[in-house]
Amino acid sequence: MQLVKLFNDPLFAAGRRAFIGKSGILLSATAVALMAGREGLAADAKGGSASVADDVRILNTALGAEHQAIAAYQVGAESGLLEKPVLGLAVQFQSQHKEHVDLLAKTISKLGGKPVAALQKYSFPTDKLKSQADVLRFAAGLEQGAVSAYLGAVPAFHNRDLSKAAASILGDEAMHWAILRQALGDNPVPSAFVS
Amino acid sequence: MHSVGRFLIASALLLQCCGAAAAKQQSEMKGDPKSGEQVYARCMACHSLTENRVGPRHCGVFGRRAGTVPGFDYSPAMRHAKIVWSEKTLNGFLTDPMKYVPGTAMVFSGVPDPKERADLIAWLKEASAGSAACPPGAKR
Repeated sequence: MQLVKLFNDPLFAAGRRAFIGKSGILLSATAVALMAGREGLAADAKGGSASVADDVRILNTALGAEHQAIAAYQVGAESGLLEKPVLGLAVQFQSQHKEHVDLLAKTISKLGGKPVAALQKYSFPTDKLKSQADVLRFAAGLEQGAVSAYLGAVPAFHNRDLSKAAASILGDEAMHWAILRQALGDNPVPSAFVS
Repeated sequence: MHSVGRFLIASALLLQCCGAAAAKQQSEMKGDPKSGEQVYARCMACHSLTENRVGPRHCGVFGRRAGTVPGFDYSPAMRHAKIVWSEKTLNGFLTDPMKYVPGTAMVFSGVPDPKERADLIAWLKEASAGSAACPPGAKR
């Protein structure tokens, strides 16, 4: 499998260690930015304006998609189809989606909204997942969709701090998508722009 | 009437006429389903043809009243929107969902490119009606 080769490459391993370290820093920076804007968010929430309600709706839709992504990676991890290095990667991506959930839920609460909960059950096409490549392709499709969803959300926020946070999550989803494409033997970065 | 006033009225009428023509042309633009499938990939974090996810499933979407897929928890705005999905209404919605149905949970800035929108709608029409993914008898 191409991804196994990729993982065994020392350059990739070094890059991966750096990536993991940096992604932690990136998310922390976003969290810090949101926390730094907490007074502004709290003030917005007290105002109870329509724009805050709009922002909460956007955040809750993103939160719903993040819950779904966590469930999808869980299905992949438990499928028995993922070989060990790939399994580790799936678990890592899932943990980043969990970080997104934490941040989104806290922000929604701060704005006076109610974070949506994960569904009891998700319907995924498990009958069509017969190989590691099938699981990776399914995950890549969800990550691509997530990139587009965040791209569509970024300009929709009234609060620009929230746009910045969403853009930061978009970057993380785009990295997931690229690595999954690489694993599948597709061009990891098929164009100069995402849409 | 002053000539300036006449000019402004004529300009406004011309703009109105051209705007309506452009909208009509857009709703009648023939989309390419093959390209539309690529555009649909952007929707897949939230939608699938056969299953409700973050958004409702799309099998049988054409001709269905908005907000009525069984088992999906719609926003009040979508539940109360008196829309029946067609090329025309999908074109309006996908141009700017939050403007077309204020309060929708599909908080997304839309598909601004008219060609991409037409392609997406053409694919959706084909795939949601009777494709392998949506055979007769599939959940709608």
